[in-house]
Amino acid sequence: MWKKFNRITTPVVLATALAVSAAHADEFTEADLKKWQAEFEAVAKKGEAIFHSNKLGANAVACDMCHPNGTNTHPETYPKFQKQLGQVATLRDMINWCIENPLEGKPLKFDDPRMIALEAYITWERRGARLQPGMH
Amino acid sequence: MGGKIDRRTFLKQAGALTAATAIPLSLVEVVWGKESGEKFTFAYISDSHLTQIKGTKFVRNFDNGLKRAITEVNFMSPKPDFVVYGGDLAQLGKREEIDHGLEMMSSLRTPVRWVIGEHDYYLDLGKYWEEKVSPLNYSFDHKGVHFVVLNSILTYDSWLDKWSKDPMARMLQMARLDNPQGSPFMVKDPQIEWMTKDLAKVDRKTPVVVLSHSPLYKIFKPWNFWTEDAEKVQKALKRFKKVTVLHGHVHQVLYNQEGNISFYAMMSTAWPWPYPTTYNQAQSAVPKLTVFMNRGDPHSERDGTGWGYLDLDSGRAGHHYELWENSARTVKYDSRRKKPQDTKYQDPKDRIPPQKHY
Ligand code: HEC
Ligand SMILES: [Fe+2]
Ligand SMILES: [Fe+2]
Repeated sequence: MWKKFNRITTPVVLATALAVSAAHADEFTEADLKKWQAEFEAVAKKGEAIFHSNKLGANAVACDMCHPNGTNTHPETYPKFQKQLGQVATLRDMINWCIENPLEGKPLKFDDPRMIALEAYITWERRGARLQPGMH
Repeated sequence: MGGKIDRRTFLKQAGALTAATAIPLSLVEVVWGKESGEKFTFAYISDSHLTQIKGTKFVRNFDNGLKRAITEVNFMSPKPDFVVYGGDLAQLGKREEIDHGLEMMSSLRTPVRWVIGEHDYYLDLGKYWEEKVSPLNYSFDHKGVHFVVLNSILTYDSWLDKWSKDPMARMLQMARLDNPQGSPFMVKDPQIEWMTKDLAKVDRKTPVVVLSHSPLYKIFKPWNFWTEDAEKVQKALKRFKKVTVLHGHVHQVLYNQEGNISFYAMMSTAWPWPYPTTYNQAQSAVPKLTVFMNRGDPHSERDGTGWGYLDLDSGRAGHHYELWENSARTVKYDSRRKKPQDTKYQDPKDRIPPQKHY
């Protein structure tokens, strides 16, 4: 079972990570790890820029004005119940909520690269926090 | 206490009514200053961050915060003797933003004492503010209390030199709170010398109130909850028996006691800021004494925002936080414990869940 699982997923990972060799699909090197980390960091860096941009919404307001260093975004608590949405929501729901309300902008698609970048940045700033789904 | 609840209810309704006729109220507690011999109250509005979108369009949310504070201060009775504006009236120091703020503030029926914030200063280094609004540092006496206003958001010349060709870039750098390329706030020696001279003629028993934008102590450097030369300023105040520093900038309930100085932060009318303790990648020195404000909820634009008023009892401050979406709080100097105490929540067993921040 696990062998099969590996065979299915690794080509995808390798393709995105542009790994050099496919000879041993279930093995990876220090170089791969560095590369993948760099890929993540590049996206988080983009997220940092979007988070600090006053062009994301429609009213010149930026996320960092209320969430310096991504504080009070609490990615480690999602999914969780959100009163204003009336349901258990994801981090992306709340990112959109803040884009639509304080920023008076248009929500992003969940697979929009900007959404993923925002999530990467927020989560990176919160690294090390214990996972506490549902917590308020 | 009952009177206060009534007053809040009234203010809530007053906020909804515009241009309601003034109804005489006598609900604000005013305490006799025993050593100063005179009673007075003053209001404090701060950090409105009026943001120009384009032309005459401004961010509605932030405009509403300042408007509401002004309406409520106008309904105070007895009237406060004056209003302190704690800085950051503008977001990017633009003339349009400062003019917009002045226009709104002109509907206050009380004189205003202005403190400059970094968002007002770093576009033109305070030029327009000095021309149109107020000197950047000055002092005045009021009913036995000596007030000193400082421009505490100066910084190193070497940092200023980096941006000398592009004032808007300089402003944007300073406007970003979590900026790793930022530079710490300072009062700087010439101003400290000015203050020392100003204070030389003041008796050590006279209560002194210092008004600054940044906290005149060190909490968290990466967000400039910090004044680089705070120790020097504190030293110049050491001689006095009763010193109170009132500051803006931090957008949160925050109070502290260091030596002879009591520190109180003012709320922002625009938005609340998280406590630096909630940033788990860096150490901070948020005063243990402070009982945190309730955590903000973005669902209500005015949550975690507000204004305040202060009265002086024997030259010590009682700070009343008017919080729009949370119950009002009073933090008063406790002469037995020799530090400010929240009159309701100070004891850990009296605290409520939203006061826990993580
Ligand atoms: C005007 C202020 C303001 C702005 C601007 C703002 N937010 Fe928020 N946001 C808040 C407040 C207040 C909360 C509630 C904080 C809490 O629960 O501790 C919040 C909550 C959140 C949450 C959920 C936090 C939690 O504890 O569950 C996320 C995620 C979030 N914001 C992301 C963003 C992003 C991304 C942006 C920019 C698109 C943004 N915010 C802009 C005020 C703001
Ligand atoms: Fe501010
Ligand atoms: Fe400020």
